[in-house]
Amino acid sequence: MIDSIDLSLVNWSRGQFALTAFYHWFFVPLTLGITFIIAIMETIYVRTGDESWKKITKFWMTLFGINFAIGVATGLIMEFEFGTNWSNYSWFVGDIFGAPLAIEGIMAFFLESTFIAVMFFGWNKVSKKFHLLSTWLVAFGASLSALWILVANAWMQYPVGMQFNPDTARNEMIRFWDVLFSPVAVNKFLHTISSGYVLASVFVVGVSGWFLLRRRNILFARRSMIVASIFGILSSIHLIATGDGSTRQIARIQPMKLAAIEGLYHGQEGTGLVVFGIMVPSEEDPVNENIKDFVFRIEIPNLLSYMSYGNREAFIPGVIDLLEGSEQRGLLSAAEKIERGKYAREVLRELKEADQNNDLTRYESLKATFMDDQFKNEYFRYFGYGFIDDPDKLIPNVPLSFYSFHFMVALGFYFLLFFILTLIFVYTGSIERRKGFQRLALLTIPLAYLATMLGWTVAEMGRQPWVIQDLMPTFAAVSRLDANTVQVTFWLFLIVFTALLIAEVKIMTKQIKIGPNEGGN
Amino acid sequence: MGNNILVRIFNFYYQGFRNMTVGKKLWLIIFIKIFIFFFIIKLLFFPDFLKTKFRTDRERGNYVIEQLTK
Repeated sequence: MIDSIDLSLVNWSRGQFALTAFYHWFFVPLTLGITFIIAIMETIYVRTGDESWKKITKFWMTLFGINFAIGVATGLIMEFEFGTNWSNYSWFVGDIFGAPLAIEGIMAFFLESTFIAVMFFGWNKVSKKFHLLSTWLVAFGASLSALWILVANAWMQYPVGMQFNPDTARNEMIRFWDVLFSPVAVNKFLHTISSGYVLASVFVVGVSGWFLLRRRNILFARRSMIVASIFGILSSIHLIATGDGSTRQIARIQPMKLAAIEGLYHGQEGTGLVVFGIMVPSEEDPVNENIKDFVFRIEIPNLLSYMSYGNREAFIPGVIDLLEGSEQRGLLSAAEKIERGKYAREVLRELKEADQNNDLTRYESLKATFMDDQFKNEYFRYFGYGFIDDPDKLIPNVPLSFYSFHFMVALGFYFLLFFILTLIFVYTGSIERRKGFQRLALLTIPLAYLATMLGWTVAEMGRQPWVIQDLMPTFAAVSRLDANTVQVTFWLFLIVFTALLIAEVKIMTKQIKIGPNEGGN
Repeated sequence: MGNNILVRIFNFYYQGFRNMTVGKKLWLIIFIKIFIFFFIIKLLFFPDFLKTKFRTDRERGNYVIEQLTK
């Protein structure tokens, strides 16, 4: 059945999910970051009693409200897709996904119905301190709300804390804290929310730059820039630090992803970090789209080894090493993993057969096999490889992963420099006459969105062919639907989400043009 | 006393919604969006695949195992 799956169905299903995820993510990071910036501004207002800070706070709060309202519930579409388009996957992940998503839903409901209401309706109705507390709770609550979906995503990259039940074909959560506090989940959460904080800081500096270009609301723009650039510098440093943490994790957990994002085919000791490179089809294998050579690259010697293992001479396996394996390096070949995965699939098939034939002795024996630690560690952990017929299919899209990763990293460092310059220019009083920088600030807003989308591209494309690392390939996760139906919903979503995006941009630009003096809620 | 608190909470939300400016347009967008999501997209295009095809969890599990082992 899996062998005969329609690839156009898989591709359309993936395209549809990517489309909805990207559009959903368009709204999320601004909410994550701008709430903290607003909370800081309101804190200054409460501490100083300066009414101009209240105006500043209310202006950014209005923009947050627009973004929140247009974006709210866009994530629900992905939950629809799990049940319709990804039924094998949804069933297989069992309650690992259900529990975090339920917590997220409950948290979001209470957050939205109480503290956001106080934020918008509570001016002059509740005390200043209670209002401020509500604003901070919205900021922390928004980030905490993101925690749960990121925990679920981290589990897909690094499945832990579960036991596979061969009777139901579901993974059952047996250690909640292992799932919640897996190193991948913690790092992913911190890295992702930091990216939201950076994006929101860029947004605030960029919009403030627009006011300076128009020579309007100068004090408002300068003050907004100070808060956002300081918050942006701290967030950028945290973003870079957690990005470094991701490298160490990927080296151990997803070495193929690391090899792909670095364009590393042949591993070596003392591997350098490619800072910049241009890929061309390989002379060795020009037909294979995933095998490339560098026509040009700038590399920092030994840095990737050091970043990955804290050792300048550490061996980093390349794509070819991971496929061919190496006994000396303790790397299993792809062929061996495929054999082990096929064996695990066969044991599952035989168990089901024994169950259906009421062969209790055989059933109990096979069930015991699934509970056996050696089977779990040496066979079931490669369950997904059993679906793979050609080792080349284990290679993710290398050029896409490589360019997405390097452009994202470059932008991350650019944002840090951008915030530092903003702060310097504001403090030296030169920001108002720097028209070029004000335009640059405005142009940096789409770059921040691009960077965060590239981050997800690296995370999700770099781990292909897996939907659950080593356990389930993406093509085995889809429902057997008609590809034409998926195409129809793809275009439907494109229309609906694009309309929402246009509404967001139009309402927000109108509100920005009105400026901080009018406010509105 | 309890009643008084409920009335105050009601008034808080009531006054808040009444005095909205941009918010009114946003709530309209939210309602239209929720309607499209739940009453058009979900009902017409996104039935739960396994729930609509099978009646029990056992049947669903058997189907997925069949999918994963063939």
